[in-house]
Amino acid sequence: MTIEITSNVETSPGGSPGQSTPGASPSPTAAVSLRGVNVSFGKHRVVRDVNLDLVRNRVTALVGPSGCGKTTILRAINRLHDDSGGKVTGQVLVGDLDVYARDTQAELVRSRVGMVFQRPNPFPTMSIFDNVVAGLRLNGVRSKTVLREAAESALHHAALWDLVKDRLHSPAVRLSGGQQQRLCIARALAVEPEVLLMDEPCSALDPIATAKIEELITHLATDVTIGLVTHNMFQATRVSDYTAFFLLGDDRATGELVEYGDTKTIFESPHDPRTRAYVSGEVG
Amino acid sequence: MSATVFPGGAGIPSDSGALADAIGARRELVRQSARRSLGRRRLVGRIAIGLCVVAVAISLAPLVALVAYTTSRGVKALSWSFLTHIPTPPGIPGGGISSAIVGSLIIIGLAVVMAVPIGTMCALFLVERRGRLAGALRFAADVLTGVPSIALGIFAYAVLVGPGSLIGHFSGLAGSFALAVLMLPIVVRASEAAMRTVPRDLWEAGLALGVRRSRVVRSVVLRGALPGLVTGNLLAVARAVGETAPLLFTVLGSTLLATNPLQPMGALSLTIYSNGTQPYPAAQEIAWGTAFVLLVLVLALSVVARVVSARLNRQAR
Repeated sequence: MTIEITSNVETSPGGSPGQSTPGASPSPTAAVSLRGVNVSFGKHRVVRDVNLDLVRNRVTALVGPSGCGKTTILRAINRLHDDSGGKVTGQVLVGDLDVYARDTQAELVRSRVGMVFQRPNPFPTMSIFDNVVAGLRLNGVRSKTVLREAAESALHHAALWDLVKDRLHSPAVRLSGGQQQRLCIARALAVEPEVLLMDEPCSALDPIATAKIEELITHLATDVTIGLVTHNMFQATRVSDYTAFFLLGDDRATGELVEYGDTKTIFESPHDPRTRAYVSGEVG
Repeated sequence: MSATVFPGGAGIPSDSGALADAIGARRELVRQSARRSLGRRRLVGRIAIGLCVVAVAISLAPLVALVAYTTSRGVKALSWSFLTHIPTPPGIPGGGISSAIVGSLIIIGLAVVMAVPIGTMCALFLVERRGRLAGALRFAADVLTGVPSIALGIFAYAVLVGPGSLIGHFSGLAGSFALAVLMLPIVVRASEAAMRTVPRDLWEAGLALGVRRSRVVRSVVLRGALPGLVTGNLLAVARAVGETAPLLFTVLGSTLLATNPLQPMGALSLTIYSNGTQPYPAAQEIAWGTAFVLLVLVLALSVVARVVSARLNRQAR
């Protein structure tokens, strides 16, 4: 890993915002943009003043040590903190939708922003098919044709169709862990979200299942904007286009975004010495 | 990083333009459907929450009414001498319920001594073993929970009180026995549930250190389950302290300050029963006063259970 600091003007091949500093200006290519976002639980501010864009139809990895607010920020995008007692301030935009505006309804945000969690969590009482179309049904889609088409399409996207097409009505929990996680991805995709949030989606999986999911992530990014929290540096370099590096601030209690840029820059020639230390494995 | 390479993805349609169209169409459909159904979903949600609130109110109402009424009737009878004196003969004013308070405490204390060790060990057995015997024991405990307390009373009468039985006359001990049988299934099931909250990993971590099984049980399982055990046992006590039927057949009741458990004793619930069924206002007032004391006792036990288990929980952390 080079220590040399290069200008990163020419290192954003996607023609997208290559600023590697927090406070990037809003960009027309951003599917999600966070402006001055803080999340607190009670008196504890978990993460502060995050300015970050998720570039449309690209994978953005959120990396950094445990407890620095990556997952917290991710969950702020689809308002999951509404139910966990976290308080979010600042602005989050999904497309043109102001997520925390007074008249914005959380359900509508979440039907546009899907989520995949650390551990595979298919609904245990439902069949494979029912799991995939759960989001559609709960959002009021009744047409059998639409449900079937959406299920097939989502399972194709999750590279699961050939494996399960003959047993769509068997219980989802009979699938292996990796397959369950792909089922959860299919479930999230079935409502055709613009954005897919993935919170360490491979941390409970073996390397083979992980490879499949990673393959899936790069493939999915043609249609969907992906925010991926990962502890695995190699995973970040393998699948992400952009990387945001988080770290606890000077007070050792509140996480902050240290550096953001395209993945190559962050891993090969980061600007911030803290980023360099982390990605080169000197700490963490 | 463009993402068109997808070796494992058999069956992915290759015409990406048509695919994008299909996705866009479905995306729009889902959005519309979500927006259209949202009002109804929110309404249904509000109605459901409203019904829950109503249900809570309905279930709280009898409790509040009972506590309020008992308090308003009972407080009048209450005085220091009411708590510290033995009852006077009928017709003579004054008198208290000290014999009933002492009797209740002794009877319950002995019942705890009988039920808690046996119940805890039963629970440990249920947690440790998965065999048929454990299943049968669990089933028996569940059945015992459902046995009417008056049946337990007559059972204790047959075993300990009646002619030719082990003791042969009314006694506090026989009452303790009946209450212990009543408490046993509650203790067993509550303790089992508490011990099951101790993760299997911790058992194995203990065993993997070369520690004897009994030591693991003592230092890890019982220690970890302690808050739950305390709560479960105190709730069983609270349940038993108000029972009347089992005592009618066993303790008989006494107006003397008896401390020998082999003799008939007084008990709070018996005092309520015998005074409450009399037509005289003075007796009625004693019954209300005693009911209030019993209520406070049970409430105090519940509060102690909560506080102790909260404190133990905090220590465990």
